[in-house]
Amino acid sequence: MKNKKRNFVNLNINPCKNCMPLGSSTAFKGIEATMVLLHGSQGCSTYIRRHMATHYNEPIDIASSSLNEKDTVHGGSTNLKKGLKNTLCLYGPKLIGISTTCLAETIGEDLQRIVTEFKEEEPRFQDVVFVPVSTPGYGGSNYEGYYLTLRNILEVLTEDAPPRISVNIIAGNLTSADIRKIKEMVSLFNIDYTILPDISKTLDAPFEADYKKLSPEGTPLQRIKTMSGAKATIEMGMLVPEHISPGKYLEDQFQVPLYRCPLPIGIENTDTFLKLLEEISGNPIPESLKEERGRMLDGMIDSHKYNAEGRAAIYGEPDIVYAAAKLCLENGIKPVLMATGTRASKLEELLAPDLGLANDECLILDDTDLETVQSYIKKLGINILIGTSDGRLITEKENVPLVRIGFPIHDRVGAQRKLLCGYQGSLQFLDELTNTLIEEKHSTYRETLYHELYR
Amino acid sequence: MSYQLPDPLEERKHSIIRKTGKQQEEKIQCNQNSVAGAVSQRACVYCGARVVLNPITDAYHIVHGPIGCASYTFDIRGSLTSGADTFRNSFSTDLRETDIIFGGEKKLAAAIDEIVAAHHPKLIFIYSTCVVGVIGDDLEAVCRNAEKQYGIRVIPIQSSGFAGNKNAGYKAACHALLNLMGEENPVEKEAGINFLGDFNLAGEIWINQSYFRRMGLPVVSKVTGDARYEELIKAPRARLNIVQCAGSMTYLAKLMREKYKIPFINVSFYGLEDTAKSLRKIAYALDEPEILQKTEVLIQEEYDKAHLALEPYRARLAGKKAAIYVGGGFKAISLIKQFRDLGMETVMVGTQTGNSDDYETIRQLAAEDTIILDDTNPSELERFMKEKGADILVGGVKERPLAYKLGVAFCDHNHERKQPLNGFVGAVNFAREVEQSINSPVWHWIRKERRAYNEK
Repeated sequence: MKNKKRNFVNLNINPCKNCMPLGSSTAFKGIEATMVLLHGSQGCSTYIRRHMATHYNEPIDIASSSLNEKDTVHGGSTNLKKGLKNTLCLYGPKLIGISTTCLAETIGEDLQRIVTEFKEEEPRFQDVVFVPVSTPGYGGSNYEGYYLTLRNILEVLTEDAPPRISVNIIAGNLTSADIRKIKEMVSLFNIDYTILPDISKTLDAPFEADYKKLSPEGTPLQRIKTMSGAKATIEMGMLVPEHISPGKYLEDQFQVPLYRCPLPIGIENTDTFLKLLEEISGNPIPESLKEERGRMLDGMIDSHKYNAEGRAAIYGEPDIVYAAAKLCLENGIKPVLMATGTRASKLEELLAPDLGLANDECLILDDTDLETVQSYIKKLGINILIGTSDGRLITEKENVPLVRIGFPIHDRVGAQRKLLCGYQGSLQFLDELTNTLIEEKHSTYRETLYHELYR
Repeated sequence: MSYQLPDPLEERKHSIIRKTGKQQEEKIQCNQNSVAGAVSQRACVYCGARVVLNPITDAYHIVHGPIGCASYTFDIRGSLTSGADTFRNSFSTDLRETDIIFGGEKKLAAAIDEIVAAHHPKLIFIYSTCVVGVIGDDLEAVCRNAEKQYGIRVIPIQSSGFAGNKNAGYKAACHALLNLMGEENPVEKEAGINFLGDFNLAGEIWINQSYFRRMGLPVVSKVTGDARYEELIKAPRARLNIVQCAGSMTYLAKLMREKYKIPFINVSFYGLEDTAKSLRKIAYALDEPEILQKTEVLIQEEYDKAHLALEPYRARLAGKKAAIYVGGGFKAISLIKQFRDLGMETVMVGTQTGNSDDYETIRQLAAEDTIILDDTNPSELERFMKEKGADILVGGVKERPLAYKLGVAFCDHNHERKQPLNGFVGAVNFAREVEQSINSPVWHWIRKERRAYNEK
């Protein structure tokens, strides 16, 4: 089926995306001893804090320059400087991310200049790293905000460094559990690595008797500085535009070869990731991972007949849609609708080889909304939804079960602990999909067959 | 404790007071714009307007701006409906870079056209967001044209995020409501009341409605919990306005008093004491023997029942310490009384948008040495909850994970709650929630963890 877009130039009903500053904040939350300040009105930081707090079940402290009417007319530098000073005093971070918002961009704030002035005026903060990022809400979605921020962090921090046997991993917007799994997999190859960002502990912190509001975890600044010396970069994200790609920056600036790979969800995507690690490290794929792979294959056989009846609608950020679609296709679940709120025209091209014969039956939509997704549920005979908790309205209205993945998940606990990556995570994810289909079947087949057959 | 908590910011020192016994105490600084970089828990003007108008069930709420403001307010509130559920959807003009350059008016007009064609609405609200306020789209004109073209109500809300604080958003919502209620002042009033400032979270307004029914008191219009267009436009006919969420709705009540000559009284249905007091206050204001008599019967039937139901909770909660951080003043005031009724002591109390009168009442109610704070932040919450040894925090969604990280119980008294906390029955729900959290077995393990840490 061709990529048919609803003509929704003027109206977005039930958004399937969030704004750039949210993606930016998520990226900063994975950096050592980092605080974020949003340059704009007070609401942006509060809304984003709320949105992230209910997903990760963690306190999310994000400062704001709290611009008001006067600043909007005369420029917000006074408030931004005051905001920086207060945040630095309260939190004492090593790095402060300053992301703009719709407002700051529209009134034309010159972040670079304000930061330079501030550093001159307040020499006591000379050891702090300042990373300004331009993230107007109208400039893209959280997807772009996330990668752009990582790129800007590199642009500010990374210096020339002697070459060493090490690999850079640019992580996609995954869960804390996923990041832990990825770190575990990389470690098994006995190669030094830097993962950027690292939300494994910052957004899923163990309980500690002495809570620290500024997490010392996350990617260490010292490691970011020397990512230039790595042997290669693996960037997770097949749809990241080059101009915001952190891996591309390292390649262009420091000649670190860039390997792009999908989020390691599904058997082929995990294979791809591990093969890259094998190639870069020169070490073979460890036995323990081979065992996990074997178990996944075994599980795939166990559930293939149930999965054959699955007709899925997948929605969310472009890369998670792509990865989840691949996993579905590998297992005979037909991803009849794949949708993202972000602009990702390459998604269709990327999926074409995998869709193969199913191509005529599957619809891919980018820059779309959830009302559009809803409008296709009956039309395409969809019996399982895969995406964020924002699809719960569709579930209620159309009576289709929802398997929650991606960001945000507001109406369940444990979103930060949900594991989708690697063979183990993929199989857990697959089991959840299969069990959802089984539950649907078991709760309806007696009645269905009675009505169909009993005379 | 190894970790040094920073002092509050200099600019915030007058927004934090410690109650002493003295008559002449320092007045708390409140109703100001948030301090930059302080990490305020408040939202913005848009949020204030949206939260007040959101529960109007059959309205189309279009957020005119880039996507974020619509994403973050998409079906996140727990308001229930007895009719349409249009309000749970999120409509946005999803402005892009080119719209910022060339203006968004055409797009907005087209968005209205689309909604009218597809849904034939009676009422559309258009919220302005930060950029719209800067690029200067003429919302009023677009709305006027649409009203003329379609013969429906299309009401603009001037809620650019930066144009004040959350209180300004409440006022913008009040103006929109007044606009909806219209110019006419019906001379003949009906027997009933309007209920302002309940948002039907978890069906709370239905509890109140059942009380009013038993009092023989018709409700003309609910503002805005479970409200609908047809009902709201009748509001000018009511005899009396009762105002619960004073922070957001006193302003509208005053406007309505001026325009429609409807007097108003303040009420609160949180806790047994305030519920009984408020019901009587309404009955006295209407001054009809039959209503008065029925009200007494209702209170007699419900108060004692609830009071008795609270007994087991009192036994399990006596002596525990509560911290309160909520949106509005009236709620904080009721909560202090509710905790007292449960034998608990309030050790810290704050609000996002309380005014000086609210804080004066709070000060009088509070026990010696209670910390009172306005527009606080996570650093101060942490510091004072630790200092005072709070056992539970009552607050909003953002405060919940902080309480948990500090090993403190939590009560969700926010817009997302899933159980009603008002009226006699809600007071019992409240006690149950507080008890369930405070006396959960998980704290046993947390205390053990802490002991081990302190011994190290």
